[in-house]
Amino acid sequence: MNKIVDKEFFSDNVVRLDVEAPRIAKARRAGHFVIIKVGEKGERIPLTIAAADPVKGTITLVVQRVGVSSRKLAELEVGDCITDVVGPLGQATHIEKEGTVLACGGGVGVAPLLPIVEAYKKAGNKVITILAARSKDLIILEDQIRQYSDEVVIMTDDGSYGKKGLVTDGIEEVVNREKVDMSVVIGPAIMMKFAALTTKKYDIPTIASLNTIMVDGTGMCGACRITVAGKTKFVCVDGPEFNAHEVDFDEMLLRLNGYKEVEQQANQDFLNKTKK
Amino acid sequence: MSVSKEYLKEQREQAWRVELRGKKKNKERTAIPRVKMTEADPNERTHSYIEVNRGLNIEEAVKEATRCLDCPNPTCITGCPVEINIPKFVKRIEQREFLEAAKVLKESSTLPAVCGRVCPQEKQCEAQCFYTQKLNQDPIAIGHLERFAADYERESGHFSVPETAPSNNIKVACIGAGPASLTFAGEMAKLGYDVTVFEALHEIGGVLKYGIPEFRLPNHIVDVEIENLRKIGVKFVTNFIVGRTASIDDLREEGFQGFFTGSGAGLPRFMGIPGENYIGILSSNEYLTRVNLMDAANPETDTPIISGKRVAVIGGGNTAMDSVRTARRLGADRAMIIYRRSIEEMPARKEEVKHAQEEGVEFLNLCNPVEYFADEKGRVKQMKVQKMELGEPDASGRRRPIPLEGSEYLIDVDTVVVSVGVSPNPLIPDSLPELEVTRWGTIVVNEDTFQSSIPDLFAGGDIVRGGATVILAMGDGRRAAASMHEYISNKTKN
Ligand SMILES: Cc1cc2nc3c(=O)[nH]c(=O)nc-3n(C[C@H](O)[C@H](O)[C@H](O)COP(=O)(O)OP(=O)(O)OC[C@H]3O[C@@H](n4cnc5c(N)ncnc54)[C@H](O)[C@@H]3O)c2cc1C
Ligand SMILES: Cc1cc2nc3c(=O)[nH]c(=O)nc-3n(C[C@H](O)[C@H](O)[C@H](O)COP(=O)(O)OP(=O)(O)OC[C@H]3O[C@@H](n4cnc5c(N)ncnc54)[C@H](O)[C@@H]3O)c2cc1C
Ligand code: SF4
Ligand code: SF4
Ligand code: FES
Repeated sequence: MNKIVDKEFFSDNVVRLDVEAPRIAKARRAGHFVIIKVGEKGERIPLTIAAADPVKGTITLVVQRVGVSSRKLAELEVGDCITDVVGPLGQATHIEKEGTVLACGGGVGVAPLLPIVEAYKKAGNKVITILAARSKDLIILEDQIRQYSDEVVIMTDDGSYGKKGLVTDGIEEVVNREKVDMSVVIGPAIMMKFAALTTKKYDIPTIASLNTIMVDGTGMCGACRITVAGKTKFVCVDGPEFNAHEVDFDEMLLRLNGYKEVEQQANQDFLNKTKK
Repeated sequence: MSVSKEYLKEQREQAWRVELRGKKKNKERTAIPRVKMTEADPNERTHSYIEVNRGLNIEEAVKEATRCLDCPNPTCITGCPVEINIPKFVKRIEQREFLEAAKVLKESSTLPAVCGRVCPQEKQCEAQCFYTQKLNQDPIAIGHLERFAADYERESGHFSVPETAPSNNIKVACIGAGPASLTFAGEMAKLGYDVTVFEALHEIGGVLKYGIPEFRLPNHIVDVEIENLRKIGVKFVTNFIVGRTASIDDLREEGFQGFFTGSGAGLPRFMGIPGENYIGILSSNEYLTRVNLMDAANPETDTPIISGKRVAVIGGGNTAMDSVRTARRLGADRAMIIYRRSIEEMPARKEEVKHAQEEGVEFLNLCNPVEYFADEKGRVKQMKVQKMELGEPDASGRRRPIPLEGSEYLIDVDTVVVSVGVSPNPLIPDSLPELEVTRWGTIVVNEDTFQSSIPDLFAGGDIVRGGATVILAMGDGRRAAASMHEYISNKTKN
């Protein structure tokens, strides 16, 4: 059950895992995610289904090591099993032919962006993708993204690859040059906040895929709640995608830090333990 | 399925019972005071998760059982939703035939060790006992005795595995693994069906595992019952959300001929007041799930929990009591219940309120939160509450709380647990547009058969009743099994 059949490091901290999950591979749509748990004492964490092969019965996860749970997952080897995998969760992306779609992915947000880019392309859209990261080694899945994009713009904070600048600079460049009908942004909350402000300026409908803290992922706990257009929504069942112009990103940024001190301590303890 | 008077009478006339009745005069029996359950010391128990109620020892149980008058018209049974033959099991205890007592329980209840612990007995069987009704004395401690017999059996190792009919190779599925589904599964397995239980979470048990805390219902007790279901052939599939991982149609194609939905009322409600999304404000479901299902208080596990020092729990039900008592165990100096009516109106069991009081929980009754305030990091630091007074009784018969203008004041808090009720789990209704649901989102079923508007789909427990009780969920599971059996038998005959 849930055996890892393939594994590849994209960078020091980003790893791709292909995992056996035949039912999920068959049922999932672009935009769906799973909740996984490593070990009996593990934590339940959400991860986007970056791709799936219904014939082989596998799903692809792309994981960035940020804390204890993502590290434990990244340490599993081919042949190991993930203790628990449940899904597909969330609402699938609503894909239509819009015209020109501008897809923006920041950091590990490129993983959840990939199936969406693929779906927009297959629906007959012109897809321009902006990949943004701090530096060259943090740009992931470039080849896969290129496969489904008409054009790829790469932005790095330090200019070590592509153009120097932030994702918002990339957005400005594209919209000043051609008409964009629709935009999708996925990445760190702070990046989504500013990307949304930029597309709002140009009146481009924009969806953001939110990565809040979750526990069950089925609407049972409310840990994932955020405010959209003044109303409380549960990201796991109402989302994870929302109208980016209506999301209260400031509140989301605060809520993401809800367990920060505890998590950082746990991460430090884990690193100390594994060093020994 | 109501038990017939004739049957009860016939049972009562059995020689052993007649003999037992003759051993003591009723006067002697009624002179015995009701047993007091030993409880862990409040100081000790707030520093651990040990079970608070310690159970009865053999002598206590036998003495308590002796009080029961073995009434010719045992009104106690009418108070029990699954109509356990109460005098029969109680008299087996008096007779010291404890394993026999456990067998009597199992004729009607799949999870007696659970119900003996969590049933609101004071409102059900014990409220209808002759002692309460006619003698104006403390009722027989039916719940305590039920727990005693079930625990005795479990600890004796002589667990009776129910007999099952030969396999009929008909596959049926249960959706959710709470008490409703577990009961349904057990009944169907006994009838020879090939039963699979699908559960969304990684653990079996529903609220019994993720909601009710260890200090009230230890997980291993639930696990033993699940093991017993496995022994009679019930299969469990965790991490499987029916309607998402696979649809009911998919499962039909795989040969399942009947479905029972016991998917519960798992959706938390919030109050929608300003500041409710600040950090440190969480639903009781999240709070209890972290502690009970994820074992977050254990430093060995990865799931974090915030151990607040000033914790306010909003609400007055069992869930609120479980949350506030958990907060004390996590180290809260000040653990408060904030409830908008008076203590008499609280829906929580009396015993829970008493235990909470002993554990140092403060009760701020006739108070309602109106707004939260946070520090610069977005972490809640204060709440504004408004005082209430009680007006005329409302539809539920309880007096309606009315806010007192200008009575607001501030309380310092660092954690708030919102426990103001739950809604039906929408996963199944959402995946079945043709399913008839009420405007509250509960599944509409025929009251006698528990069949929904989709003929091969039956439902029971909280998904049908809204928030109810373990024993009602079990009763539904049992009745639904009987009628699904009839439905499938008729279908296969034609
Ligand atoms: C719907 C959804 C889809 C997701 N998809 C992916 C994915 O495909 N790949 C992937 O790598 N991650 C994804 N995430 C984020 C992932 O769930 C978190 O990175 C993970 O839970 C972190 O757990 P941890 O124990 O390793 O780190 P923690 O110890 O929990 O956190 C370490 C640090 O990361 C921060 N952090 C925690 N959770 C998040 C978060 N959700 N977003 C941003 N920062 C966070 C914390 O504040 C802390 O500073 C997704 C999240 C959601 C809600
Ligand atoms: C904290 C708390 C304390 C309580 N205390 C008491 C008490 O003292 N006494 C008492 O009698 N009652 C008590 N109750 C109420 C009692 O627990 C419930 O009435 C009872 O558990 C309902 O049982 P159920 O089988 O209907 O559903 P649940 O126990 O809610 O189980 C439903 C299960 O279905 C799963 N599920 C949902 N949808 C799907 C799907 N689509 N696919 C697969 N699985 C799914 C859920 O994950 C869950 O595990 C309490 C409840 C809570 C929350
Ligand atoms: S199941 Fe509950 S109501 Fe019935 S006899 Fe036992 S404690 Fe009483
Ligand atoms: S009503 Fe009370 S005294 Fe009478 S049989 Fe029932 S438990 Fe015993
Ligand atoms: S993660 Fe629990 S409700 Fe969304």
